[in-house]
Amino acid sequence: MAKPVEERVKEIICEQLGVEEDDIDPGKKFIEDLGADSLDTVELVMAFEEEFDLEIPDEDAEKIVTVGDAIQYIKDNQ
Amino acid sequence: MTRAKIVGVGAYAPKHILTNAELAKLVETTDEWIVQRTGIRERHVADDSEATSDLAVRAAQQALERANLGPEEVDFIVVGTTTPDMVFPTTANFVQHKLGARRAGSVDVLAACTGSIYSLSIGSQYIQSGKYRTVLCIGAETLSRITDFTDRGTCVLLADGAGAVVLQAAEDGAGVLDADLYSDGKYWEYLYQPAGGSRHPATAETVAGRLHYAKMKGNEVFKVAVRMFGDCAATILERNGFRAADLDLFIPHQANLRIIEAAVKRLGLPMERVLVNVDRYGNTGAASVYVALEEAWALGRIAPGDLLLLAAFGGGFTWGAALVRW
Repeated sequence: MAKPVEERVKEIICEQLGVEEDDIDPGKKFIEDLGADSLDTVELVMAFEEEFDLEIPDEDAEKIVTVGDAIQYIKDNQ
Repeated sequence: MTRAKIVGVGAYAPKHILTNAELAKLVETTDEWIVQRTGIRERHVADDSEATSDLAVRAAQQALERANLGPEEVDFIVVGTTTPDMVFPTTANFVQHKLGARRAGSVDVLAACTGSIYSLSIGSQYIQSGKYRTVLCIGAETLSRITDFTDRGTCVLLADGAGAVVLQAAEDGAGVLDADLYSDGKYWEYLYQPAGGSRHPATAETVAGRLHYAKMKGNEVFKVAVRMFGDCAATILERNGFRAADLDLFIPHQANLRIIEAAVKRLGLPMERVLVNVDRYGNTGAASVYVALEEAWALGRIAPGDLLLLAAFGGGFTWGAALVRW
């Protein structure tokens, strides 16, 4: 069985932002808490699109601020 | 097999250098912000007396000198530019006249920042077909002329410069092995200049509305550009029986260091085998791959027999890649 969405999202965040899995919880904000800049968030969105076979338009991407937002968006749009 | 061999390279950057610190006085930005997000530290900007063809001629003259050729030996001139001297005649026409290339036909190619790959592909086809013996391919821009220096999203990126290559027929295995060109107009609104063409001719309103400047959706451009780079590079390598590891040097369009790094990561190439000069030149549009190629040559980073991959993407969208055996 495929890994749960939460786990796959965490793995992508660790890989893209170079943070430890223990630092990640759903309330963490990518920019304020995890050290991402605006282009890191674009790369993160690209990684989500590729992992989950989604297309995330820029206007939706702007609303994905926290780890929890990303998990919820992916679950809603898969 | 006849191939179009690069027998001379040239480049020209206007004297005036615009630093990040100077830009920080014009718009709300900082050197740190610009460096972190673009890798750009400074860029060259043409002075009021210089138009695109003036830059192009300087690069072309250097390329011809290095090829030991005179202007009358040039059969054809292809200029990639997004910022022509005038709507018409073409910039290539001005270059032809100023160089004294009396026998040469000339044409402009507008493929935005992919103008280098497009001009190289077109030029090499005329050589391979046997139609022409000597072709001058140029990429030249004065992007500062369509830059809105109140828009911090674009004014930190765009810059001026020119690069040129001389192509001649060769049978020794060296030359352009293959070149792929692509386009997809559905992305046009990500990067464009609204006014000055037949859709919105120049009026007092278009000027007041700042519609004669380049508009860009940076995040969207980033996404599409990284994927295009990766896809077109992988395609041309595979079709020609190569792997990324076979490349001696990758010369990407110098738009933004972050785009280059993201694309190179996808290609699985170490950064040591990538030419980066965006830090000193910014995004010089159709010129950038030629300017970077000239730098690689001048620094001795290219040896006979080396396999080079050139790739670019730009407004339109247009994108493309070329494989060159030096």
